[in-house]
Amino acid sequence: MEIRVEGLCKSYGGKVVLIGLSAVFQPGVTAVAAPSGTGKTTLLRLLLGLEPPDAGTIRGADCRWAAVFQEDRLLEDLSAAANLRFALGEVPGEAGELLARLGLEHSDSRPLREWSGGMKRRLALARALLAPAEALALDEPFTGLDGESRARCLELIRERGRGKPVLLATHDLTGLEDAPLLRLGRS
Amino acid sequence: MATKLRPWSVAFWLLVWQGGSVALAAANPSGSLLLASPVRSALRLLELLPSSAFWRAVGSSSLRIFGGFLLSCALALLLASLAVGRPWLRELLAPPVAVVKATPVASFIILALVWLDARSLPLFISALMVFPPVYLNVLEGLRRTDRKLLELAQVYRIPLGRRIRGIYLPQVLPYFRSAASLALGLCWKAGVAAEVIGLPAGTVGERLYTAKIYLQTPDLFAWTAVILLLAAAFEALLLAAVDWIAGKAAS
Repeated sequence: MEIRVEGLCKSYGGKVVLIGLSAVFQPGVTAVAAPSGTGKTTLLRLLLGLEPPDAGTIRGADCRWAAVFQEDRLLEDLSAAANLRFALGEVPGEAGELLARLGLEHSDSRPLREWSGGMKRRLALARALLAPAEALALDEPFTGLDGESRARCLELIRERGRGKPVLLATHDLTGLEDAPLLRLGRS
Repeated sequence: MATKLRPWSVAFWLLVWQGGSVALAAANPSGSLLLASPVRSALRLLELLPSSAFWRAVGSSSLRIFGGFLLSCALALLLASLAVGRPWLRELLAPPVAVVKATPVASFIILALVWLDARSLPLFISALMVFPPVYLNVLEGLRRTDRKLLELAQVYRIPLGRRIRGIYLPQVLPYFRSAASLALGLCWKAGVAAEVIGLPAGTVGERLYTAKIYLQTPDLFAWTAVILLLAAAFEALLLAAVDWIAGKAAS
């Protein structure tokens, strides 16, 4: 399965964010690198179908996606398990192991408002990796994580993203040297 | 900010009432007719409690007034849910909502008596008074729903039932709670006023009116106390139910 975009354009109130972008995203991790405000998030939003492009075509993206957004987008009053149940319908059997590998406890019943920013970011990533998705859109998934956590998360992303397109938008390409790279904007 | 009722301040005003009643009775032989004391009113209430007519009146009024409240809440929730994404519907509903909010309830009661029988009047008037605050508050709650969570639900293809439980309910319930608390007080006042004017047989409003006509002031105060107690009991029940739903949604 591959996702193909051609001549993609998007602007907001006269500010051009994407202009004539063409790319093919094959299964596996593709790093999308760009300075802030130069279209990473916009590209992911167009692929996720959250808004339409001004021009251009997107093929192969009408599949089942899971995403990590710029913000965690978690239900702060609920526990980790309740958040997974909300997004996925049930807590998958492998959740305990995956959360443990991310340094989180499945049995932690505290509401997320009591969690640290880094823990919430890892849970948002766990939710995306546990979802029965055919493609992943990850927008700065390592925000707030230290080097060791980042490496662990990247390892899991590669493992769980095998065989499906994974678009990983980041400004830090550490550990992604071997991944196809799409550079946007001025960089 | 509402100030909590303190026992000492309640006792103070009861004493003022008692003092006023005693002073009036001392100054004028028929003074106790004009202002029954709190003790006499309380004793009269105790006399009323065992009679089946009392409970029939309480049941009949509660059924109509709380029934009007529930019907109106259901309609307000439905219309607010439909109107949140349809500006034309919000615009269409804005004039009647503004009219109901601004018009004195007595005008509606008299107008409604032209078309409705006295028994249906309290239900209609209660429903009418409840609709604007509940509709407007729920609409506001829905409009403030977190768009980012709705996008998450779209991407993860979360079914409507789970979206309602996880996103809409926690957002809307605080708005509904405060509106329902306010509206329930309003609907008791308006519903009993409708009964006093329409005089449906065997209701609290009718008993209140009869007490006034025959200058039975202890009855008047006793029935007024019954209305206050009913309004407080229904509000406590309703808020407990809303809090229980909120707790379920958050589990």
